[in-house]
Parts: sequence; structure tokens; C-alpha cells
Amino acid sequence: MEKKSKIEISVIILRVLIGWHFLYEGIVKLYNPDWTAFGYLASAQGPFKSVFSALANESVIGWVDTLNMAALMVVGITLLLGIFEKMGAIVGIGLLAMYYLSHPPFPGLTQLNVEGNYWLVNKNLIEMAALLLLYHFPTGYRFGIKNLRKHKTVAQ
Amino acid sequence: MKWTRRDLLKGLGGLPILGAVWWAGASNTVGKRRERSVILEQLNIQPSLPPAVPGISGEPIRVGIIGFGIRGEQLCRSLGFATKEWIEDMKVEVQENPNNKGLEDFMNQEKLNVQLAGVCDIFDYRAERALNSFSTEENKIKRYGTYQEMIQSGEIDAVVIATPDHWHAPIAIEALNNGVHVYVEKPMTHTIEETYRLREAANNSNAVFAVGHQHRQTLSFRTARDIVEKGTLGHVSLIQTNTNRNDDNGAWNYELHEKANPNTIDWQQFLGSAPQIPFNKNHFFRWRKWWAYGSGLSGDLLTHDYDRLNCVLNMGIPESVMASGGVYTHNDGRNVPDVMQVNMEFPNFTMGSSQVKGKERGMTFCYSATLGNGFNRPTILMGHDGTMELGNRLTIWPDGGSTRYAEMLENGKMSPGIPIYQYNPGANAPDAVSSATSQYFADKGLMWTYIDGKRVDSTFLHMREWLSAIRNGGKVSCGIKEGFEEAIAAHMAGLSWKLGKRIEWDRETETIKPIEGVDLDEVLLSNEMIRTDYITVS
Repeated sequence: MEKKSKIEISVIILRVLIGWHFLYEGIVKLYNPDWTAFGYLASAQGPFKSVFSALANESVIGWVDTLNMAALMVVGITLLLGIFEKMGAIVGIGLLAMYYLSHPPFPGLTQLNVEGNYWLVNKNLIEMAALLLLYHFPTGYRFGIKNLRKHKTVAQ
Repeated sequence: MKWTRRDLLKGLGGLPILGAVWWAGASNTVGKRRERSVILEQLNIQPSLPPAVPGISGEPIRVGIIGFGIRGEQLCRSLGFATKEWIEDMKVEVQENPNNKGLEDFMNQEKLNVQLAGVCDIFDYRAERALNSFSTEENKIKRYGTYQEMIQSGEIDAVVIATPDHWHAPIAIEALNNGVHVYVEKPMTHTIEETYRLREAANNSNAVFAVGHQHRQTLSFRTARDIVEKGTLGHVSLIQTNTNRNDDNGAWNYELHEKANPNTIDWQQFLGSAPQIPFNKNHFFRWRKWWAYGSGLSGDLLTHDYDRLNCVLNMGIPESVMASGGVYTHNDGRNVPDVMQVNMEFPNFTMGSSQVKGKERGMTFCYSATLGNGFNRPTILMGHDGTMELGNRLTIWPDGGSTRYAEMLENGKMSPGIPIYQYNPGANAPDAVSSATSQYFADKGLMWTYIDGKRVDSTFLHMREWLSAIRNGGKVSCGIKEGFEEAIAAHMAGLSWKLGKRIEWDRETETIKPIEGVDLDEVLLSNEMIRTDYITVS
């Protein structure tokens, strides 16, 4: 297998795994009407604490919950199906940036409910970097619905 | 347009993965929810709704406040009156901590149909503080020199009594005898003898009598009653309840006001029936530390815990009480203990059982307190089938040896480490109670309750209930029966600590069993442990 192909396959694996991760998070929220981001937002820390606390406000929390769930599913579906994947990657980066900034692993802040030890860099940031790669390296034409479109164009 | 199988696999290969992830997420989530709802259906717990009371219509009720100290000010706020100083302080606090909702909650509080008509405080500064904030052109508030003048003025319909303990009963009795409605702080009385006299006065009066145990309004306590009545916990054999405090405020070392002196304080009126001693700021502001005016942990804080549980279990007066403890954390001249353990026995208590009839009966109520450590030990009800932790929130765990849940435990549908029920009426409201003492009360469910996710002061609900009963009739949730039980239980605990003896209750005659050669009230009031070197003007 040529080198380019190996890289493409690696990126596709990464794309499928990230899509899987986002979709599952979205689905679990979709099927649990009791789920809310309230606690997560209300316990926000760091420089943007006030912004995230405001999102937990009673008047907007319903919208925040729905948008979060929808965005998670959009990222999951686009990455898994390989269609509009650049848009999906951007949405994913936006979501992760918010998760990162609401509970940043900055020195001096208590890390709530984390399973590891982090300093500045955490898994949200790493997944964000991976999505940046997916944005610049779309693979839907190799594995995904775009592959069908390409075929269609060629056939014409 | 012709696609090979390979093309389709490459083009639509993501679809089966998507389907699998979707299916897994949905079935896991729905499955877990179904398991939960099976448990919840079996438990059939009905979370409580706020009590609906008829409105207080007509002419405003004319209220007089007797005692405008720390608690008196709090009670006035619940009635809708905050001092200018408090509002200013709160504005500063909100600037420092935007999450502090104290001022906002006060501003949003429903207006009660009351007119603050009089104030009676024997410290000039406090009386003037009330007049300065509440007296307006339209509503001139009168200051009364004595409670008798206020009660007999004919200008007051109802009094709120927030004085030191030794004044609770004399003032309440005077008011009831004059047909004036009473809201009195806990403990209801200071001696055994006056507990009977107050009960008689309340029963013979047309006025409405209420004791200030506001947690009876807290939604989690109402829910807890439903849980216990449905046998969710099985037979409860042990209750563990605690006071854990570790700060000056919690140890009753309140600020000694700079303006306090024999000219600004009516010292004789403060002393009343207490031993005659020279003017003493320490005793005036920190009266909770001496038996002559207060009743220490047993009257001040045990009463909260006792009544909290009495409102859930309706267990009444214990058949016997044994107490121990001492002055171990604040050896500053006080003579009430600051570390105290009280065991109350209820050998005939029963709430039904899931086991064979007759096997279970009886319960111990164990109160354990220290003013030297603030670690949060929660209130726990221990039953054969389950354990309940009770505060503003409540949580229930099944017990590993439960009869009722044996099958579910065996099938793995329940596990002793995982709660089967959690109730948090404030789940949708952020909490920002600030000081250590107020957090202590909030954890115990004594301060706030939540209605539709909105935080409501339970004292406000308690006073609203009292005012509604004055105007419309109806029962108050903590009346003379509950107050009598609370006061006797507290006095039994105080006596046991002082005498180092088991104190017993005679259910037939409704009296504390006499101890030969001992005058119980004399013992209860005795200040003998006062170290004379501390009785100096400070």
C-alpha cells in the first residue's frame, strides 16, 4: 500500500472513532429526557465562569440542552457517514472548545469529575486537535457518501 | 451510473456503524430508565407539593415584634421587612459574590398582608434600628417599653417572640390570655412547670399559637413522611442526628455591640426571673451560653433535630432520656455543654414491618453534637429495609439484609451501594448560601425549600401558615401539641446531662417521673457551673 493510502486509512479510523464518540453522547442524551447540562454549566470554573453560569439560567437551559444534543449528533452523523464532514469538524471543535473552557485544566482550579491528571492539556483539547486534522484532511471521498457522489460524477 | 459492491461498501460503510451506535445508545439508556421506573413504581413515593394556604385577605394583621436581635431581624424579613442596613450589606455581598441570592430572594418574596405595628426591644439601638427602617409617614411604628404594654395596647393582633428562652413562656402566656396570636421561637419554654402553664393558656385561648420550627414547611420533610408511611425503610430502629459546628457564630459567641451599656439596655428587664447579677454584655448578647437564660445544645439545637424527626415519624415524647457531654471546646465561662450526646428511647415505637409480626419494636433516637468540628455528619434513619439520609435533599439506599427488597437485590436490580431514590427539590436552582452556619442550616433543610425550582425561605412559609390560620382558621403545623413534645424532650435531655441520670416520662400522667429529693426545675435553671471569674463586665 502506498504511503498516502496508509495515511488516509489512519485518518478514516480516527474520523469513525470520533464520530462514534460524539454520536453515542448525543443519543444517550436524546433518549434520557431527564438529562440536563445544568450541573455541568453551574459548576463551571475559570475565566469564563460567568458566561457558562448564565447559560445555566432557567430561561435558556432548555435551548442549551437541545442545541448541545443536536450538535453532538450532527458531528457524529457527518463524521460517520463522511458527508459535510468539514462542517461537522468545525461544530465539533466549537463544542469541545466550550467544554474545555467551562472546566479548564488550569493550575489552581479544582478538577471536577475527571479520571486522570491534567495540566493545561486534557482529552477535550486533544480531540479538538484531531478534529482540526479531520477538517484539513477530508476523507469522505474514500470512505463515505462522498465516495458515491464522486462515482456519480465520473459515470457522467 | 453503475456501482459495484465495493463502491457501496466504501460509500455507505458508515451507515451500519451509525445504526449500531444509535441502537446501543438508545437501548442502554431506555433500559436503565425502565429499571429505574420499575423501582420507583414499586416504591410509589409522591414528592410533596407546597402547602396551599388560603390567602390573608381583609385588613392587614397588626404584628408586634418582641426581641429584634439576630433572629428577630430574620423573622421580620420573612414577614417582608428588611432593615436598610441589611439591604446595604447584601448589596455589597452581591457585588463580591454574584451568586448570593439573599437579596434577590427577599425582593421576590410574596407580600404578606401584615402591618408591622410595634416593636419591643430592651436595647435602644435595636429598637431604633427597627423604627428607622420600618416606621414611615403612613405607618408609624410604636416602640413599647415592655411586652405587657404592647400586648395590652389593643393595637396589636399578633406577636412574634424572639427573645432569650427564659422570656418565651411568660410573654406567650400573657399574649394568649389577652387573645393576642403568638409565634414563638424554639424552645417553646425554659422550665418544665411553665411548659404546662403555656399549654393550658394555649388550649384556653382563641388566639392562634405557633412554634418557630420552620423546617416543617420544607418539601423534603413532607416527602420523607410519605416515604416512611409507605414502609419504604421498614422498621426504623435507630436514628442518628447531629450538630457539627466549628465557628464563633455557631458557638453563640455573637458580637458584643459597642453601643451596649447600662444606659442603652434595660438590664433588669433582661434578667427577669434569672439570678440577679450586675450588668454584663457577655450575658446579654451571648445568653445562649448560660442555663439562666438559654438551654444550650439541648434546647437550642437538639430541638431542631427532634422536631424534624417528630414531624416525619410523629414519635412523641421519649419514654426515657440519657445524656452526656461537657464544656470541651469553648471553655470561656459558659455553663451549657458544647459537646453533647443524647439518647432518647422509644421502646414502643413502631411504623410497621416487612418481617414477621412482633419481631421488631422500639427505636433509639441518638443525637450527637460538637461545637468543635464542622464535618458534615448527616441525619440518618436506619430501617430494616433501607436507610434514609435526610436534609434539604433526601436519599434512600436499600439495605443488604432487607426482606422487602430481597428479590430485587438478588436479581441485581438493586444494590446496597446505589440509592433507589433521590429527591432534590432544588435540583434546578443554583445554591449559593454563603456563611458556614447558614450552610449548616441549609444542609439540615432548616432554611430553604424549593417550589417549582424557586428557592423559598421556609420561615416565610411557616409565618404565612400562621397568619393564614389567624385570618381563616385551620391548623398550624407546629402548634401547642408539637411544641409541648419538643419542650419536654429538650428539658429531659438538659436534666439528664445536669444530673447524670436517666430521666423518665410517665405517659399515663404526662409528667416527668420525680427523682427523690430533687426539684427538677431548680436543677434545670441552676447556674452553678458558672465560674465566678468570668462574671465581670466585659
